Amino acid sequence: MKRANYIFLLLIAGLAAALVAAMLLGSERVSVFEMTEQGRAILFDIRIPRVLLGACVGASLALAGASLQALLRNPLAEPYLLGVSNGAALGTLLAFVLLGDVAGARPVMAFAGAAIATFAVYQMAKSRAGMNVERLVLSGVIITTFLSSIIVLLTSLLDAARLRGYTFWLLGDLSQATYNGFYLTLAAAAAGTIVLSSQARALNLMMIGERDAFDHGVEVGRVRIIIFGAASVLVGTSVAASGSVGYVGLIVPHIVRLVVGSDNRLVVPMSAIAGAIFVVLADTVARTAIAPRELPVGAITALIGAPLFIFLLRRN
Amino acid sequence: MLEARNISVRYGPCDVLREVSLSLSEGRMVALLGPNGAGKTTLLKALNGTLPAAAGSVVLDGRPLAELSRREAARRVAVVAQENETKFPVTVLDFVLSGRFAHGGAFGWERAEDISVAERALAECDLQNYATRLMNQLSGGERQRVVLARALATEAKILLLDEPTANLDLAHQAMIFRLVRGRCDTEGFAAVVITHDLNLAAEFADELILLHRGGLFAAGAAEEVLSEANIAEVFGVRSLRDANPATGKVRITPVF
Repeated sequence: MKRANYIFLLLIAGLAAALVAAMLLGSERVSVFEMTEQGRAILFDIRIPRVLLGACVGASLALAGASLQALLRNPLAEPYLLGVSNGAALGTLLAFVLLGDVAGARPVMAFAGAAIATFAVYQMAKSRAGMNVERLVLSGVIITTFLSSIIVLLTSLLDAARLRGYTFWLLGDLSQATYNGFYLTLAAAAAGTIVLSSQARALNLMMIGERDAFDHGVEVGRVRIIIFGAASVLVGTSVAASGSVGYVGLIVPHIVRLVVGSDNRLVVPMSAIAGAIFVVLADTVARTAIAPRELPVGAITALIGAPLFIFLLRRN
Repeated sequence: MLEARNISVRYGPCDVLREVSLSLSEGRMVALLGPNGAGKTTLLKALNGTLPAAAGSVVLDGRPLAELSRREAARRVAVVAQENETKFPVTVLDFVLSGRFAHGGAFGWERAEDISVAERALAECDLQNYATRLMNQLSGGERQRVVLARALATEAKILLLDEPTANLDLAHQAMIFRLVRGRCDTEGFAAVVITHDLNLAAEFADELILLHRGGLFAAGAAEEVLSEANIAEVFGVRSLRDANPATGKVRITPVF
């Protein structure tokens, strides 16, 4: 137990360090000691909301990945790869096209899109013989490509100026961060951490097998709805704020499990903190690597995540 | 303790179990026999609610099983299912501790008591030094004993065992049956055991139930159920019956 506590402390210290570093680094040098008007604006209006939003998005996606993996007994389950992120992206786009700027419409529609995509991929992947790795991954590919084609259709109907912003956003982009977006994702990430941690022991049993969990007192149907619901909220709020940042839910829980084993009571909350660190660092790279130009953060996470996915698939 | 009244179970259009009744009282050990596909595992799943009965009812300690929460049911009935595989590395101790789920709170970290119960269960199944080993690195027989240890760790008084000795060597087969028999005799346990070993059933069980094509073919003491005629009819195998010279119990020798 001691060791787990040290890792928690280390992660929290790591997150604090990552946040501070990310706020100080950027294409424009900002000095805290000689604060200019312009520096203050960059720091407080642009950089801080962006860094904080990145942390919440990272925590949300890693939480969703870790819990879906345990629930579906599949280390490759990940919101982006299962098409859940695309469902949320389509929901966000539809809200934009149909409802314009109605307050709250985008995250709500993003949640609805994520929930529908989750349900669809689950129904496709399950069979009477259970759910094997390949079937789940294939179902995810099909849902993802299907939703992508609808998204392409929709974006080609939007006019050209707005289109450019959206193609960037679809790849996962934190540059449009606002304090409101941050508050909403913070609320979702905090609630998600509590709800999913409360199900962590049940998830430990589900990971062994669904029938097994049922035999030992887990209300399997209820746990499934809670996890799917929470994951949809987490992915929905993240995608509405920052697009589909991929592979975070794959990379982060995998590394956490390498360090602490597969007990979800540790994996779930630790993934939240580690996910926040990961996206904050990835976005700092995205902002500074080819400064003054920027990369979408999703490109950085995919660059790391795709090779890891291939490695995990081969090892399976 | 556990009673099934005329239960039928359907998969799609066909009945896999037709109007089977079973009554399990304290201290009794019932062996469930029959060829592959006779409905043994289906009956066991119906007895703990994994499969809903299409007709009939299952009553647990005087209450219909369907009315009990999963937690309540799991505290009373423990199941040893046929093997399962997990892709995540789980230690033997964590696996056995998962049997304590129904005793813990929702956020549930194990208490010292849970750990001592789990360690005792491991010792009883001859697994003293296995606590930190990983489940996916054990042999089939070792895994099977871990699964039984988890069932004991639940502290449920009713054990439903689906071929608990299928992968075990002779010594461990006898050990498991003696362990379950002992719990029934001295601690008020009751057990339903599926097995293909007719002689183990005759040796240890109080009652034998022979299933055939989803229905009850014969039930009662080994002397009545394990007749050469019944075995020929149900298994399609000729056999010789005599008595085990050491214990005097029924002994069946198939003639190949």
